[in-house]
Amino acid sequence: MPGRARLAAFVGGGLASLSRAFGRGSGSVVGGHVILAIEPQALRVFSAGRHVVLVSGTNGKTTTTKLLASALGAASGREVVTNVTGANLPTGLASSLAAARGRPSADAVLEVDEAWLARVSAQARPAALVLLNLSRDQLDRNNEVRHVAQRWRQACSELPTGAAVVANADDPLVAWAASAAGNVTWVGAGLGWKNDATGCPSCAGPVNFDEGQDEAGRGGHWRCAQCGLARPQLDVPSRDLQISLPGRCNQANALMALATLLALGYSGEPVERASAALATVCEVAGRYAVRGTVEGREIRMLLAKNPAGWAEVFDMLSPPPTPVVIAINARTADGHDPSWLWDVPFERLAGRRVVATGDRNLDLAVRLHYAGVDHDVEPDLVRAVEVKNERADVVANYTAFHQLLARLPKRPET
Amino acid sequence: MTVSVALIYPDLLGTYGDGGNAAVLAQRLRWRGYQAEVLTVPAGSPVPTSCDIYVIGGGEDLPQGLAASKLESSHALHSAVERGAVVLAVCAGLQIVGESFVGPEGKAVPGLGLLGCVTSTTPAPRAIGELLVEPAAQWAADGLDEQLTGFENHGAVTDLLPGTSPVGQVVVGVGNKDGTIEGAVRGRVFGTYLHGPVLARNPQLADLLLKWALGELPALDERYDFEPKALHAERRRNGPLERRLGGAREEASAMKARWATLVRRSREAVGAIKAP
Repeated sequence: MPGRARLAAFVGGGLASLSRAFGRGSGSVVGGHVILAIEPQALRVFSAGRHVVLVSGTNGKTTTTKLLASALGAASGREVVTNVTGANLPTGLASSLAAARGRPSADAVLEVDEAWLARVSAQARPAALVLLNLSRDQLDRNNEVRHVAQRWRQACSELPTGAAVVANADDPLVAWAASAAGNVTWVGAGLGWKNDATGCPSCAGPVNFDEGQDEAGRGGHWRCAQCGLARPQLDVPSRDLQISLPGRCNQANALMALATLLALGYSGEPVERASAALATVCEVAGRYAVRGTVEGREIRMLLAKNPAGWAEVFDMLSPPPTPVVIAINARTADGHDPSWLWDVPFERLAGRRVVATGDRNLDLAVRLHYAGVDHDVEPDLVRAVEVKNERADVVANYTAFHQLLARLPKRPET
Repeated sequence: MTVSVALIYPDLLGTYGDGGNAAVLAQRLRWRGYQAEVLTVPAGSPVPTSCDIYVIGGGEDLPQGLAASKLESSHALHSAVERGAVVLAVCAGLQIVGESFVGPEGKAVPGLGLLGCVTSTTPAPRAIGELLVEPAAQWAADGLDEQLTGFENHGAVTDLLPGTSPVGQVVVGVGNKDGTIEGAVRGRVFGTYLHGPVLARNPQLADLLLKWALGELPALDERYDFEPKALHAERRRNGPLERRLGGAREEASAMKARWATLVRRSREAVGAIKAP
């Protein structure tokens, strides 16, 4: 390893430790800034000689990364390094890889922000790219979901020979991007939210989805009526897996993780071990976890940060009368424009007890008001979850979720 | 009588939540005792000519070009406007109903010509952020006298031609081109760059469009407008600050707090070293 890279890792790692000592988070981002300032090629240098798998998509990145890391570790028997939760930009990735430089035999499974995937992939020279889905999210930053698909297509066309792409064939945007790669494993992972896929990514013509699909968008074909772009032949069709995480989106995430192992050449007994490992994952960065409040109430935490995420969450909610607390922020990591709330069919919550909270509780309250959903407004996150009930489901977007996670105690041992 | 609100091509022009404008109009009518329906018109279906209000939203470049060519060839929106229908066109919608805009290939393509405005590309960075607009004095007679708030997110710029007026003057943000004027209005065709959706964030504007379509309306019971008015006031207060900071207000204050903590701890550390 070149001296400069060693220096970068030493200084960056040191700063990260300082940041942790000062109680300023993991230090992954500040350390990464320093590493990249000293060695701009840090991702290339620290990835060299290592098996790297990059996971990207609008939704499911963190969960799929966790599932894949545990599955790959079980299958290979080797250590797997992965990134600190949410640190999925080049800074966080540089930190994670630099910290693992003493463990050259470990594989790396890294989640990458969808807008940065092309640039990261060009440096990290991955053994596999795992492409989950693309839909509207943080449009103040990403502008157009098509632009993101275009950059993915570029990344797929520039992969090193032999690198595998594992792609969700049910998402037209993903399929179009991945079809630029030489070696693709097509997975029938489904697509619940189709409103960003009704116009062909190649020619903008109308994309028709088969009647034969189930609710999760699985098991059916799609085809552009204008240019003929169509769902590729599946290599890994959808099937029900034994997992502990709820919801059909996590079935899709687990299927993508398993398909990645097949694409990396695993088969037989190691894949069985991997399947068993998938079933043991029951909490991902606080998501799906039950927390207690000071009053000892049980709070289940769910993350939904865009319309596609919400399309999955409705089916995970506990049945009434369990109240639903919705927390909405519009900070940088959320996107500064919360108008996507109007693409979520909140009408489905009519008749339930709903509490609106977060920085943008009024935007949410107005959305619920026009949807005819009775609700209370409580700007403070913790007071909002202290509802007069034994339990509640909390659905929060990104920064609201992490604020709450930091402020709510873990579930007390009983 | 049922008042009908047509939501045009939400599958092509529905990227920024602007479909909410149709829901807001219909709901404000129902709260006043009218029958109201939202007619969703997907890109494959014919556009009805008999609706009272037409709502067109923002979208991405490629679908925008497709939507424009479909609307141009069907001529349905032209017939509706000739009949006196109200049109609310937001962002890409505003560009489409103008004289011309920039097509997916980067060349000027003709628009529907319902507004006298021309949209072109600019080397300036994309206009993104909270937008605050002082409405022109002429709208006060129809009940719109409070500043309009919304979120802009567009790459192109729009110039007005004679005969088409702006919605108002930009207070904070970019608006049509350079931070001076925002929007385009001619007759009952109302074009704006404000997302939010704009009618959810500005109840006065929603009622102005309803008044254009139906004449004088009964006042809305105060309980229905409590939250929309609260949101309008909150965004008027905080939106401009967020735009100037280039991000959310909360982050700026969090950054200040982090910096203060760091300074305090450094002082303590230095003090601890000096003490013995």
